Amino acid sequence: MTFEWDWAYTQEILPILGKASIITVQATVIGFILAALIGLVFALLRMSTLAPVRLATGAVVEFIRSTPLLIQIFFVYFVLPEFGVTMDAMTAGILALGLHYGSYCSEVYRAGLDNIPKGQWEAATALNLSTLTTFKDIIIPQAIPPVVPALGNYLVALFKETPLLSAIAVLELMQTAKILGSESFQYTEPITLVGLFFLFFSLVSAALVRQVEAWLKTRHGGA
Amino acid sequence: MSADHPSAAPMVRFENVRKSYGHLTVLDDLNLDIAPNEKVAIIGPSGSGKTTVLRMLMTLEEVNDGVIWVEGDPLTHMYRDGKLVRANKRHIRQVRSKIGMVFQHFNLFPHMSAVKNCMEAPITVLGLSRDEAYERSRVLLDMVGLGDKLDHYPGQLSGGQKQRVAIARALAMRPKIMLFDEVTSALDPELVGEVLNVIRELGEAHDLTMLMVTHQMGFAKEFADRVCFFYAGKIAEQGTPDAFFGNPQNERTQQFLSAVLEAD
Ligand SMILES: Nc1ncnc2c1ncn2[C@@H]1O[C@H](COP(=O)(O)OP(=O)(O)OP(=O)(O)O)[C@@H](O)[C@H]1O
Ligand SMILES: [Mg+2]
Repeated sequence: MTFEWDWAYTQEILPILGKASIITVQATVIGFILAALIGLVFALLRMSTLAPVRLATGAVVEFIRSTPLLIQIFFVYFVLPEFGVTMDAMTAGILALGLHYGSYCSEVYRAGLDNIPKGQWEAATALNLSTLTTFKDIIIPQAIPPVVPALGNYLVALFKETPLLSAIAVLELMQTAKILGSESFQYTEPITLVGLFFLFFSLVSAALVRQVEAWLKTRHGGA
Repeated sequence: MSADHPSAAPMVRFENVRKSYGHLTVLDDLNLDIAPNEKVAIIGPSGSGKTTVLRMLMTLEEVNDGVIWVEGDPLTHMYRDGKLVRANKRHIRQVRSKIGMVFQHFNLFPHMSAVKNCMEAPITVLGLSRDEAYERSRVLLDMVGLGDKLDHYPGQLSGGQKQRVAIARALAMRPKIMLFDEVTSALDPELVGEVLNVIRELGEAHDLTMLMVTHQMGFAKEFADRVCFFYAGKIAEQGTPDAFFGNPQNERTQQFLSAVLEAD
């Protein structure tokens, strides 16, 4: 059996996959912004002086981290409507990605927050800064730069898991490739192209994360 | 209490203050009055509770018993229905605004330039405009000899320069009471002088009550109005520098002084 790569077919589907890749990138970017914010909120809630808040947040984070993303995607899309929360597949998928990776990011932030020397808190108290100002101006700006590489890893990981959204028929790259394949009975070209798309974007985002890291290192006179 | 005659009240009063960590009693029934504008040097062996005294006054540690007063107002406590109860956060913040502190390890904000370090609290706590806060900070940094380092980050400054920024930063809040905890201990010997000079000038030029934990006996002698010698959680002896250094009464004081003076 000989195999021939079909260039004509490739040319035909490339624009379609190109459009679908926009959906994938959208889901990645919005999902990650959501994850970064949710993660920070979780991490801060886990520092609350109120024990119930701390414990409840810890339980939620632990629960989300120990259940599969695919189940969470189904849950948000199919189960939440039972409770009157309805959303389209894309929104549900992004929300699930944000929650799932948010709980991972919260651990990253926690490590960053824990590493702030006690003296920084004490200086903030001695200057009579409010709790809000202390977090906003003193603690968070110092806690985040060291954890950017770890957050960047989750960005790439989240990106590579976006094909799971095909399970609820979001027309991202994977779902589009599956549809193309089933229409033409030619799976090789679409699936290979999707792989190449992912490779390309992974390399680009990894390079971007490294740039940001390098930039963070040179600020503040290198201190 | 003399809450209605603040001018007659001491600037700081420790009243029967006790502090312990678990079974370890660090300060035992401390009573200490400090007059407005008074400069008090706190000396004593390691672990005698010197830092703890300052940290309780800065509200970085809670007292187990007793009350700390500032200008006749309770700091650790507040009045409710005419009775003293534990202070809430809001009350503490209000009274604490009269106190500033300089730490052994500077504790500057590393992500902010020298001038930003000084501007932060005046803007966010006192509500100054950026321009006002900048001007106030510039004047103070100038006073501590860093007028040409406003935009330098802590990582670009020497230890002595960092500590002088920390002093300016505390002063930017216009405190009435300044606490110094071994502020030259982390410095190379040749940088100690520049920081002590700033403190000396401060004491002369401003109405400031100062409490200073120090191992610099020479500086304590010339600068302080009173020296308090702590030993095992108590004030074992106190007096004017002349009396204290010239004619120490307590056996512990004599031992301590001969040990440190020998070491010098
Ligand atoms: N957070 C804490 N937990 C437990 N023990 C503590 C704590 N802080 C201080 N101590 C103990 O309290 C005692 C007094 O400490 P403090 O720091 O006030 O001593 P110091 O006089 O400042 O000593 P040094 O000259 O070494 O700075 C010490 O025995 C110390 O180990
Ligand atoms: Mg100490």
